[in-house]
Amino acid sequence: MLQIKVKIISNKRLKGNYWHCVLSAPSLARASRPGQFLNVRVSDGLKPFLRRPFSIHNVCGGRLEILYEVVGGGTRNFSCRKSGDHLDLIGPLGKGFDYRYAQNKRVILIGGGIGVAPLLFLSRAIKSMDKLILIGARTKGQILCEKEFKNFISDVKISTDDGSRGFSGRVTDLLKNLISIEPRSKKEIQLYACGPKPMLKEVCNIAKAHNLQAQVSLEEHMGCGIGACLGCVVKTKNGLRRVCKEGPVFDAQELIW
Amino acid sequence: MKVNLSVKIGKLKLNNPVMVASGTFGYAEEFKDFINLKKLGAIVTKTITLSPRRGNPPARTCETPSGMLNSIGLENPGLEAFLKDKLPFLEKLGIPIIMSIASEEDPREFIELVKRLNRYKAVSGLELNISCPNVMGQESLISQDCQATYSIVKSIRRITAKTLITKLSPNVTRISDIAKAAQEAGSDCVALINTLSGMSINAEKQSPRLAAVVGGVSGPAIRPVALKMVWEAYNKINIPIIGMGGIIDTSSALEFFIAGASAISIGTANFINPRVSVEIISGLGGYLKRKKIKDIRSLTGSLIYES
Ligand SMILES: Cc1cc2nc3c(=O)[nH]c(=O)nc-3n(C[C@H](O)[C@H](O)[C@H](O)COP(=O)(O)OP(=O)(O)OC[C@H]3O[C@@H](n4cnc5c(N)ncnc54)[C@H](O)[C@@H]3O)c2cc1C
Ligand SMILES: Cc1cc2nc3c(=O)[nH]c(=O)nc-3n(C[C@H](O)[C@H](O)[C@H](O)COP(=O)(O)O)c2cc1C
Ligand code: FES
Repeated sequence: MLQIKVKIISNKRLKGNYWHCVLSAPSLARASRPGQFLNVRVSDGLKPFLRRPFSIHNVCGGRLEILYEVVGGGTRNFSCRKSGDHLDLIGPLGKGFDYRYAQNKRVILIGGGIGVAPLLFLSRAIKSMDKLILIGARTKGQILCEKEFKNFISDVKISTDDGSRGFSGRVTDLLKNLISIEPRSKKEIQLYACGPKPMLKEVCNIAKAHNLQAQVSLEEHMGCGIGACLGCVVKTKNGLRRVCKEGPVFDAQELIW
Repeated sequence: MKVNLSVKIGKLKLNNPVMVASGTFGYAEEFKDFINLKKLGAIVTKTITLSPRRGNPPARTCETPSGMLNSIGLENPGLEAFLKDKLPFLEKLGIPIIMSIASEEDPREFIELVKRLNRYKAVSGLELNISCPNVMGQESLISQDCQATYSIVKSIRRITAKTLITKLSPNVTRISDIAKAAQEAGSDCVALINTLSGMSINAEKQSPRLAAVVGGVSGPAIRPVALKMVWEAYNKINIPIIGMGGIIDTSSALEFFIAGASAISIGTANFINPRVSVEIISGLGGYLKRKKIKDIRSLTGSLIYES
């Protein structure tokens, strides 16, 4: 864990409310693992007061990337930071995805909306040749990182809630369809998901129903991000667990919704 | 010029007057990557109860203007687990470790806790948390009543020689009365303030932002309230005061000394800048040198004003 000021190389709007920030941070980049996050001080003043957590979207050489959606004051502030500015970060934080056993499996990644953010770094790290990603969005203008994923994954499937592109409906319905026709044995399939809560809950239900291995990355409001305040807990079979420390990635079997 | 930063709180000698506030520093281990913990004046642990407590359901925190709300609900592993898993790390630091303790339903739990803790030399002092606003089902706080404060402090004073700090709530009509009751009962020091009770609402959803509906406000938003309470208490009591509430840098720390605090605690600011406590320690030294003040103790209550 480090607290450092790093230089913003670029901070640009991708489309709509989605932004992409590139940082020069060699020491952080070296230490980072897929699924971990950064706690960012988006403003030097008191507004907003607390740091804001963001997944590590990608690591490339000494560079770190963040993909974020402007949803309120803090993220709006983030989007106003210019290249050349310095950003105060704490990271890498949390326990990332466990992909040690994924190398020989059929890997299915599921990203809903901004939830695709941590999956790019993960998809690069997993060496399995048998990878599939399902990218879910509300509408076709909001599909994120399709091109980037194609660099690492041959099979990229899209779903939109309004049917404007790809599968029409929720990304979890697409997942259900695919699982039902999946020829491989359940033991050979590994799911990784990140997205809004209802989507993750549904992924966990599907994993349970079909007895599949699944890991999901959760969000919770954070005070400190380093395990000190007990503000970010979620219910698990082993009691309350801190999203910032024992998470943000949890096994589907472990969580109580 | 050499300046003195060391202060005495009861029997404790602190190398400097900067401590970290209960509940905002975990059990210190969480901060070891960021600062040299040995540099702190003292560490106050997250509040411990006799039995483990699960705390309140999430969501437990939310941001408010210049601060935050929390309703952690005193989640902690309980006395036994603390002694076994947390104390050994703290003990090795070699600085005063102040253990914050609370009772759940029955104030007699304090007695049981203190009796057990008397045997542990590693626990340098005890902070009686009689002011946590986040225990559901609780109608009022011990620290909202002079008599209740007096009797609990007195009964603990009788059974321990350890330094006793009484932590007070700002949710009272007159804090100096409560501080006085703690002093008369034999408390070595008072710490103030705990969080101010408050709430926040998401208007779109017409629902509270905290699952527990209400919680405690901390951060710079409460600093003027905290400062005034420190000043008020300073004018009524003789025991030292640990001041806290919204300290985020050297200048806000200085305000508390000038109002009457002998030491200060850093709370929520640790979340934003985990190095803030050591930055303030060196900032205080710098201020004293610049002002040609030899001893931090002469800053306490040094407010200059015309009355
Ligand atoms: C481990 C983790 C990783 C994350 N990774 C990313 C990421 O890669 N990209 C991204 O765009 N966002 C990510 N988020 C969510 C991001 O932190 C929030 O969107 C951000 O904090 C909102 O701040 P704000 O001030 O703009 O919004 P606010 O005005 O504070 O709130 C606006 C909305 O965002 C919600 N929100 C606020 N804080 C959080 C939070 N900590 N978690 C979830 N929702 C929140 C609020 O409930 C509200 O609905 C992540 C969150 C966590 C916990
Ligand atoms: C997340 C959180 C948890 C806290 N837990 C405790 C606690 O367990 N015991 C206690 O006496 N005070 C607790 N407090 C109160 C602080 O110790 C302090 O009195 C208060 O936050 C005011 O200081 P600040 O504005 O610098 O944070 C907590 C505060 C926060 C923000
Ligand atoms: S955010 Fe403080 S413990 Fe997780």
